[in-house]
Amino acid sequence: MSTSYLIKNVSVLGGEPTDLLLKDGVVHEGADEAGAEVIDATGLIALPGLVDLHTHLREPGREDAETVESGTRAAAMGGFTAVHAMANTEPVADTAGVVEQVWRLGREAGYCDVYPVGAVTVGLGGQQLAELGAMADSAARVRVFSDDGKCVSDAVLMRRALEYVKAFDGVVAQHAQEPRLTEGAQMNEGPLSGRLGLAGWPAVAEEAIIARDVLLADHVGSRLHVCHVSTAGSVELIRWAKGKGVDVTAEACPHHLLLTDDLAATYDPVYKVNPPLRSAADAEALRAGLADGTIDIVATDHAPHPHEDKDCEWAAAAFGMLGLETALSIVQQTMVDRGLLDWAGVADRMSHAPARIGRVADHGRPIAAGEPANIVLYDPAATRVVDPAESQSLSRNTPYRGMELPGRVVATFLRGRATVLDGKLQ
Amino acid sequence: MKRHLLSAADLSRDDAELVLRTAAELRELADRPIKKLPALRGRTVVNLFFEDSTRTRISFEAAAKRLSADVINFAAKGSSLSKGESLKDTALTLEAMGADAVVVRHGASGAPHRLAHSGWVRSSVVNAGDGTHEHPTQALLDAFTMSRHLGTGPKGSLDGRRVAIVGDVLHSRVARSNALLLNTLGAEVTLVAPPTLFPVGVESWPVEISYDLDAVIPKADAVMMLRVQRERMSGGFFPTAREYSRRYGLDGRRMATLQDHTIVMHPGPMVRGMEITADVADADRSVIVEQVTNGVAVRMAVLYLLLGGSEPAVGGEE
Repeated sequence: MSTSYLIKNVSVLGGEPTDLLLKDGVVHEGADEAGAEVIDATGLIALPGLVDLHTHLREPGREDAETVESGTRAAAMGGFTAVHAMANTEPVADTAGVVEQVWRLGREAGYCDVYPVGAVTVGLGGQQLAELGAMADSAARVRVFSDDGKCVSDAVLMRRALEYVKAFDGVVAQHAQEPRLTEGAQMNEGPLSGRLGLAGWPAVAEEAIIARDVLLADHVGSRLHVCHVSTAGSVELIRWAKGKGVDVTAEACPHHLLLTDDLAATYDPVYKVNPPLRSAADAEALRAGLADGTIDIVATDHAPHPHEDKDCEWAAAAFGMLGLETALSIVQQTMVDRGLLDWAGVADRMSHAPARIGRVADHGRPIAAGEPANIVLYDPAATRVVDPAESQSLSRNTPYRGMELPGRVVATFLRGRATVLDGKLQ
Repeated sequence: MKRHLLSAADLSRDDAELVLRTAAELRELADRPIKKLPALRGRTVVNLFFEDSTRTRISFEAAAKRLSADVINFAAKGSSLSKGESLKDTALTLEAMGADAVVVRHGASGAPHRLAHSGWVRSSVVNAGDGTHEHPTQALLDAFTMSRHLGTGPKGSLDGRRVAIVGDVLHSRVARSNALLLNTLGAEVTLVAPPTLFPVGVESWPVEISYDLDAVIPKADAVMMLRVQRERMSGGFFPTAREYSRRYGLDGRRMATLQDHTIVMHPGPMVRGMEITADVADADRSVIVEQVTNGVAVRMAVLYLLLGGSEPAVGGEE
């Protein structure tokens, strides 16, 4: 007998207060119910459960950094009910066997639905297509394919991948990074990289691949998704492609919306990420692109790393930062509090749209009678100081340590079951 | 002065002039039969070298020993880049040994900064060259050398002096530190290199830039040639060594266009025949060997000022 929850006085997407009944995994509007656990949600906002299209769960292979269980616990704490687990595990998720394993681990953990992303090429090697169809037909029903961490830089291979996944309505999510232009790259290429003596990662290395890929997608009539867009020029290119009718979608990461490359001057690798933190003008262009829909979604690129891979000199450190537990707060701070996006917009960028791109049926649905009860309750008036030790992740590499962020996830419901309640993992 | 010397930007004009003045006092020691002072007796200086650099290490070692410090040379084979012992663990080891100053050379830009600011060690950190970032004591010894030859007034001021720094600016920690320090000291710096060997954003540095060596050097008071590693060719930064030498090398023909008082410098090690020809390196106006001598005095001054105290380094004579 599962618990039902009567959520009273909740503001759905920031609208007028109402009551929601979550029962048998489904939403019932305004209903009353004897025996339901009552949650006073006065002042809280209800959003559809968040969907992350870009999460590194590290399992199999790097269970010292994160496991499917720990990563999905962090996801639930961040208000997510579904995450897409990137393929750059060890072994790489390039076969039906590996994606089914990750999918099954997610089901067993039960904090969040896990949708494995399949590798585009065998071993992320960029040489030969992986068995994309087998992954699509597996129990994991893979629809998103990515060599994330590496770029599918070979134009012919990218073209074939874009074409091939049409057979099962898949999408190729490109990590746009021209490899020759970024050999040894450490940070955004600009005046600061020159001063700090850190090898530059130029914006053109991202933009050149995006330009090529939107033209390829147009040419073969496929859909393309661009991971972690980080530059103003990329936003401009995607805006142009969409205007031309190319079936392209794009994501921005919370850290690129908020943080800028001047943090590299600390030489603290907690700020080392790929693509790198960019200029303030780039961050502003990303926020504008996210506001006007050029950038379709926010994706976390949650990238856990063990302490020793960050507690070292910059060049030796791993790329990546945690993101699941802070994403909604960063979006509130950078977008909602600045008047760039309302809560309906947040629901679109962090739930509806990513679910649509990932072809996930039961997530990203409206909060309405009869819909699956995947819901997050969020207190936008709260504030908190980020303490890495409180993270559910096995890793501690958050760039927001000590920062005061707005908002707090009060509860997360996955098919009507609370994974987080009163701000505590259940 | 700050507690660490990580970048030439850490030095105010007053700081830099104090180092140069102190170095000048200490330089006199080199001409005495007994070259040793008791200033740092009982203090421990660790030379932590993750990269081979015999000349810089022995320069720091001589400097510390002439101030009577105990010197520990720690040649750390491999860094965490090559999965050796991590920088952090090495630092903790040195801390446990009671180092008062750590002189660090590392292949990764910012490694001395990490050492100084991660809470791993309490000692002063001196950057002896980090990656393609900085080499502040080299800049100090270069400024000291220039000041001796070109300085005006009682302080040996470099105000308005023109310095051309020529070569692989992109990968040069010497160029970065010199550009910053010489600017602080009032000199006018022009960096000369092919466009491929300038970093992006060099326009924001406090220097002039030029692609034309012949146009720059007749006006220069000092010409500093930077080493150009042959492996840069394979990176496609320039077509051939011969073309590089023709356009950016300092040879006898170019030397003839210099003013009479103009000095030629090189931080070493030189690649004779590449960026500098033998006749130029060995010419009277070349101060390359003197730079080495001055390096010891400047490093003594740096160690003394970071570790020592307010007392004059060479005392009791007036």
